[in-house]
Amino acid sequence: MLYREVGQFKTTYAADMAVFPIRQDRIGILAMVAIAAVGVPLVANDFVLTSIMIPGLIFTLAAIGLNILTGYAGQISLGTGAFMGVGAYAAYKLANAFPEVNILVWIVTSGVFSAMIGVVFGLPSLRIKGLYLAVTTLAAQFFLEWCFVRIGWLTDYSSSGAIEAVRRSLAGMPITGPEAEPLTRYFVVLALVIGLTWVTSNLVHGRIGRTWMMVRDMDIAAELMGVRLLPAKLLAFAVSSYLAGVAGAMMVFFWLGAAEPSAFGISLSFQVLFMVIIGGLGSLLGSWLGAAFIWALPVVLKFAPGLVGIEIASATVEHLNSMIVGALIIFFLIVEPHGLARLWAVTKQKLRVWPFPW
Amino acid sequence: MDLLASIFVDPFLRMAGNPTFLTQVVWEGFVSGILYALVALGFVLIYKASGVFNFAQGIMMVFAALALVGLAEMGMPAWGALVAAVGVMLILAIGIERLVLRPLVNQPDIILLMATIGLTRFLVGLGEMVFGGEPKVMITEGLGIPTGVVRVPLFGKFLILKEIDITAAVVAVLMVGFLAVFFARTKIGRALRAVADDHQAALSVGISLERIWVIVWFAAGIVALVTGIMWGARSQVSFDLEVIALKALPVLILGGFTSVPGAIVGGLVIGIGEKVGEIYWGRLLGGGIESWLAYLIALGFLLYRPQGLFGEKIIERV
Repeated sequence: MLYREVGQFKTTYAADMAVFPIRQDRIGILAMVAIAAVGVPLVANDFVLTSIMIPGLIFTLAAIGLNILTGYAGQISLGTGAFMGVGAYAAYKLANAFPEVNILVWIVTSGVFSAMIGVVFGLPSLRIKGLYLAVTTLAAQFFLEWCFVRIGWLTDYSSSGAIEAVRRSLAGMPITGPEAEPLTRYFVVLALVIGLTWVTSNLVHGRIGRTWMMVRDMDIAAELMGVRLLPAKLLAFAVSSYLAGVAGAMMVFFWLGAAEPSAFGISLSFQVLFMVIIGGLGSLLGSWLGAAFIWALPVVLKFAPGLVGIEIASATVEHLNSMIVGALIIFFLIVEPHGLARLWAVTKQKLRVWPFPW
Repeated sequence: MDLLASIFVDPFLRMAGNPTFLTQVVWEGFVSGILYALVALGFVLIYKASGVFNFAQGIMMVFAALALVGLAEMGMPAWGALVAAVGVMLILAIGIERLVLRPLVNQPDIILLMATIGLTRFLVGLGEMVFGGEPKVMITEGLGIPTGVVRVPLFGKFLILKEIDITAAVVAVLMVGFLAVFFARTKIGRALRAVADDHQAALSVGISLERIWVIVWFAAGIVALVTGIMWGARSQVSFDLEVIALKALPVLILGGFTSVPGAIVGGLVIGIGEKVGEIYWGRLLGGGIESWLAYLIALGFLLYRPQGLFGEKIIERV
């Protein structure tokens, strides 16, 4: 009964085209933000913050990045992990080279570098399509990973080959490095992710987003209708890699604290791809839901047996985890190939007409 | 100038200076190429018959080999374990068709691809839970695979060929021959080709798609088992072999998704190309370029022919 749009008249075209045209949705989204900004910090302990909330948010951003490319522009990419790596290494180099500049500036700038790399690897997409394109992005994945290992300059020739988050402050509070409180890091990550989601939302709801969707649905038709494929596809690669790069930089600076090249391996790419597919291709909400689901599920599975009082060896839990995640992915694809976002849309429709079937 | 010489002249001089070593390198590349080709063959079989891009092929290979070794470790005689492993692959094929393919019929490519990635995760978990995660040694003796070394005199030096590699090459050739005959001469093979050509037309003349899919996945499983035995005998049986599955992707893409000869040629090009590249040009870049050279070679070919060397021409209509 709460979810009715009766009586909400729209008097302008802008109001009709709004991202959230229904008042309840607007209230709902504000409530979610309020919960994330106020509720979670009040109840969550450090463990929940560092192992669920912060990585979950960072993966959300990476998933949004991939969703731009795969979900909106229709170009399959298996190189997200490497693009995240480019962002992380760029942020590391910049933060060390210019310590006086605020770290947040470098986190946001780092994405520009991965965007440039992304554009280079996006060039073949004009000629190579569909699953064949996956190999291009795989080439990016393995080539960049090799660069992270072999080019010592990227890690300032550190003997371990790892990059570490240096200590940097914002308004006197340490926000990165070992001294930073989880809560501070959580707020920074939350602000960045929400901000970038908002920017992306405007992007995909506007002319650029429509161009991408035209290219996705059929690029030849789009070309005939006057879309220039080269800028459209490359822009998708650039924006996608930018978001992935920022996510990668955040991953090192706000979550892991230090990372080796293997952290940006192919499994990371797949994990992000899972989030996008399970969440729903071509949906920002889907990226949020998918990231939350794929990230939280293993954590929950890990601790669920202990809570119900069953003792299982940790190795077995790990294997069971892998099996259950795999099976659930297949299950979700069968039940709803369009992902959690579609599931939510269906639920909303049901709520609107409740208690009637239609 | 020095740089150009070190790229375009020196490697060839080194090749010409030591032809025995060059042959050795090409042979090593040839053997791994053949094994890449076998993994790619499994992909092609499934892609042709069901339009599924089976990412799990590499894991099926590891899983099959793991089942074989695991069962042998549990006390089965080697040949018994082999039969049992074949049985496992049959059960797997039936299970996949029932639980994954049938409900997902007619979905877009990427959804099916994701489903097989999900399957990969599932099989990794299952394999590690049942047979243990630590690397295992392939039961080469029990299966009668020779492990010795043959020395062949060539250009005044000796070429060292591992018997295991020779066996792998022979088995691969036999298997490809067998599959070719199977496709060309048997009733099931004809049905398979019909399904690959046109699903609906095949259905309308009374070919059961479900049965064909089970057969194809089973055939791919057998290919996976053979490949797994060979790779396992060359190194060890563990989920690290998964990387080979990713190597099979450029092979597949080079040859075209739908072409069996393409898979074989692609495998050889990639296998030999990456070995020769690593040995003769790798040091210019500091080594280790084997990890991405395959993708770069495939990319180069793709830019020239976007559908792969032997793929069907992609015709797009609005």
